[in-house]
Formats: sequence, structure tokens, C-alpha cells
Amino acid sequence: MSAFAFSRVALVPAELAESLRDDACGALVTFEGRVRNHNDGRSVERLEYEGYEALAVKEGERVVAEALDRFRITHARCVHRLGPLALGDLAVWVGASAHHRSEAFAACCYIIDAVKDRVPIWKKEFYAGGDSGWVNCQVRSA
Amino acid sequence: MPKIHVEYFAILREHAGCGSEEVQTGARTAAELFRELDGRYRFPRLASLKVAINDEFRDWDASLSDGDSVVFIPPVAGG
Repeated sequence: MSAFAFSRVALVPAELAESLRDDACGALVTFEGRVRNHNDGRSVERLEYEGYEALAVKEGERVVAEALDRFRITHARCVHRLGPLALGDLAVWVGASAHHRSEAFAACCYIIDAVKDRVPIWKKEFYAGGDSGWVNCQVRSA
Repeated sequence: MPKIHVEYFAILREHAGCGSEEVQTGARTAAELFRELDGRYRFPRLASLKVAINDEFRDWDASLSDGDSVVFIPPVAGG
């Protein structure tokens, strides 16, 4: 089980949660990032994720390793989808298990924040009007 | 002149019109290589841009060697 992985097929939260099962852990905190039907005031119909996989997996594994180092958690992992996704689809799953809940909550937050900030993954949104755009890459004309 | 393997992702891939290419270049650093390719493709102005050499983040003044693989990284948007 790798700490960070990509998937081109639908994620199954129950299976992912089970992979972190540990009878010494009383807490399993998970986060599900799902495809939202709006962004920045625009109506979103679908989206596509693209990843620089060779570096993204390394950076994602570093993020999870940092979480294991900073928080008193026992296990953690993150899986991110690639390719086309529909509204409501599960785009990213993060799980952290710990003896007690507070550290698992903190670690889960840390991982999703760092993944969004650092891991080379890009999201292209397709809007109701038929146009599309790469999130965070909009070019503002002066 | 050194040959560099350049890979493009997301908005830069669309602007370059290809996912990767071999570039014969006199550029000595990642920054020089980007300036050269920017002159060719007129990439969009982005809020930030990072660079990776051989699948690791590097500084823009990192020097290039023959056979290196370079990726320019536009603002990310995972999650």
C-alpha cells in the first residue's frame, strides 16, 4: 500500500478506509474531495485531472511522511483520481488513523492542504457555456 | 549542443501543442531554457511557475546537462 497513489478508476471509500484498519487505532479520519458543480461563480459540468506522475507520487509520499512525522498518527494515505470526472465523483481521498481522534483530524487536514498546495496535479473545468479553463491558471488581461 | 527532453503538462501542454519534445539548446540553466521556449510558444503569464529537472523540484538557476528531463510546472490544482 503506497502512501500516495493515482487512480484512473473510481475510488471506493470503504475499501480505502479498510486499508487503514488497525485495532490499536480508535480514530480513523477521512476526507473525500468531490467534484463540485460550481467554482468562482461559474457553473461547472465536468472536469479532468492531469498529473505529472513521476514527481507527484514522490511529492505526495513526502507529504504523507511529513504528516506521520508531525502528528501522533499510525497510518495515513492519499489517493487522487486522474482523467475525466463527473459532478459528485470522488476526486481525492485522504485517511489518517491514530490512537486518538485529534491527531488524526490534524493530520488529515495537513495532508489535503499540502497536496492541494504542492503536488503537481492540474484540474481543467468544463463550464455550462461550453468553454473550459485550467484552475489557478487563468490569464487576467490588464 | 546539449539535448534536453522537455515535458509539458496542462495549460503549457496545450500551448506547446505537444506533450514532450527533444530540444537542442545552448541554454545553461532551466531559466534560460524557459526563456528560449517562451519565445517560441508565447506561454500564458501565470501566477507562478516552478521547474523540475529529472523528476525533482529544482531552482531556476540549476544548470542543465545533456540528456536531462525538464518539466515546467504551472500553478497546481489538485483536490
